[in-house]
Amino acid sequence: MRYFDHVATNPLNPEVFNAMLPYFKEEFGNPLSVYGLGQSAKQAIEDARVKVAALVNCKAQEITFTSSGAESNNMAIRGIAMARRKEGNHIIVSRVEHHSVLNSARALEKEDFVVTYLVPDKFGMVSPADIKKAINKDTILISITHASSEIGTIEPIAEIVKTAKEHNVAVHADGVATTGNIPIDVMQLGVDAYSLSAHQFYGPKGAGALYLKRGQRILPLIYGGIQENGRRAGTENVPAIVGMGKAAEMAKAELPTRMAHVKKLRDKLIDGLTKIEKVHLTGHPDNRLPGHASFVVEYIEGEGMLLMLEANDIYSASGSACTSKALKASPILLSMGYSSSVTHGSIVFSLGIDNTEEDIDQVLEHMPKIIKRLREMSPFAKEGWGAIDDLEESKEGNHV
Amino acid sequence: MYSKKLMDHFTNPRNVGEIADADGVGMEGNPTCGDTMKIFIKVKDDIITDAKFQTFGCGAAIAVSSMITEMAKGKTLTEALSITKESVADALDGMPPQKMHCSNLGSDALRKAIEDYHAKGTQK
Repeated sequence: MRYFDHVATNPLNPEVFNAMLPYFKEEFGNPLSVYGLGQSAKQAIEDARVKVAALVNCKAQEITFTSSGAESNNMAIRGIAMARRKEGNHIIVSRVEHHSVLNSARALEKEDFVVTYLVPDKFGMVSPADIKKAINKDTILISITHASSEIGTIEPIAEIVKTAKEHNVAVHADGVATTGNIPIDVMQLGVDAYSLSAHQFYGPKGAGALYLKRGQRILPLIYGGIQENGRRAGTENVPAIVGMGKAAEMAKAELPTRMAHVKKLRDKLIDGLTKIEKVHLTGHPDNRLPGHASFVVEYIEGEGMLLMLEANDIYSASGSACTSKALKASPILLSMGYSSSVTHGSIVFSLGIDNTEEDIDQVLEHMPKIIKRLREMSPFAKEGWGAIDDLEESKEGNHV
Repeated sequence: MYSKKLMDHFTNPRNVGEIADADGVGMEGNPTCGDTMKIFIKVKDDIITDAKFQTFGCGAAIAVSSMITEMAKGKTLTEALSITKESVADALDGMPPQKMHCSNLGSDALRKAIEDYHAKGTQK
């Protein structure tokens, strides 16, 4: 299997799995229990907290464990917005955010918050100048992804924070795609909140965390007991948290090697695929995740490519309408200025530490054939996109 | 997600291509999801003697195009007009519900090709 969908999830590292095992079995105690069995579970969580904190350079007390990156994003946006409600009701996000950010913001709109959705440039980059323009006296929170998993562009978070601080606005960054893949220093970034997810760096699913700068007020999403300092109730998922800690420790130790490995393969993949006619790299050419290569292939559609790649044991992803459950063109690519026709040809290869040079050779061998085959079937390949304009004109009369 | 039969029609699509001297050409598209289908037919004595397609779309859209061109060949124009989205989906051993709407454009494209044939006929 040649797996190129690491932004979807990573395989669990065997060492991480081994570290988790005792906490499914003999170490089953509830961390709130006062006897030894509970206390050793509590200790395991606190050890994991130290390791996760080290990965993003913060204090252990600033890490709250959650169930996922999505929960961390929900908690940060809703929790901070609600805690600061009396100070204002305006929130700024971008058009390249994950659904867990966008839908959290949309939900707040129904509760009298006002949300600005910033449009990025053609590389998917959000401009700090646009942030400055969007801030008004009611702005309380800005949430911008550190990198979108669809286009790989790394956003200028430190500069955004600088602007925000001049206006006393809190900044949350969604670091799900970045943590474990590039060095993260939340102190240097200056953010007030930062989301991360364990299965994006070879840890288990069901384990996420939220960095909250000391003193940052937040309301919980889940009310109950005093777990996680009262910020997130519910008996802790001890094995998953232990796994996240182990995965964080390994990611920190191996980060330079991991980055160099995937970057070398990524560059070869980008070089090879962009040599094919009418294949364009999406996202920023340099300022992008080291293991991320995303493209649009003109005149064909993403799902067809994925199915044909799968037939050759190659697994990747697409932001095309056909592959989305909503059957709508990728809002991220549209926001970057791509026409909806072109967005249908989206394909994303996200690399990991297990990928080899041979994997890349296989993709570079099969992709030209697949593209050629699908273009032979496409009504647009010979005449360009003109045919679709004719069709849309003829449809204007009964347009939905 | 897809049936074996649908995957077969996607992997080995029948009747791909254009007919240079087609008697009728029909194009249908779904502007939201982008799927676009173009069907070419040859007609003799009211019977569809050949049908080919060009399609931009997902696996289901390509399989639908392959299947409908197979179904249309040998049918009279009236018979061909009675091919529905449902009969194409059934012939493919079913389709995911969300794909019925956006990718099952074959019967519409075929109807347009037949209309085009009739329009050309009246011009003659």
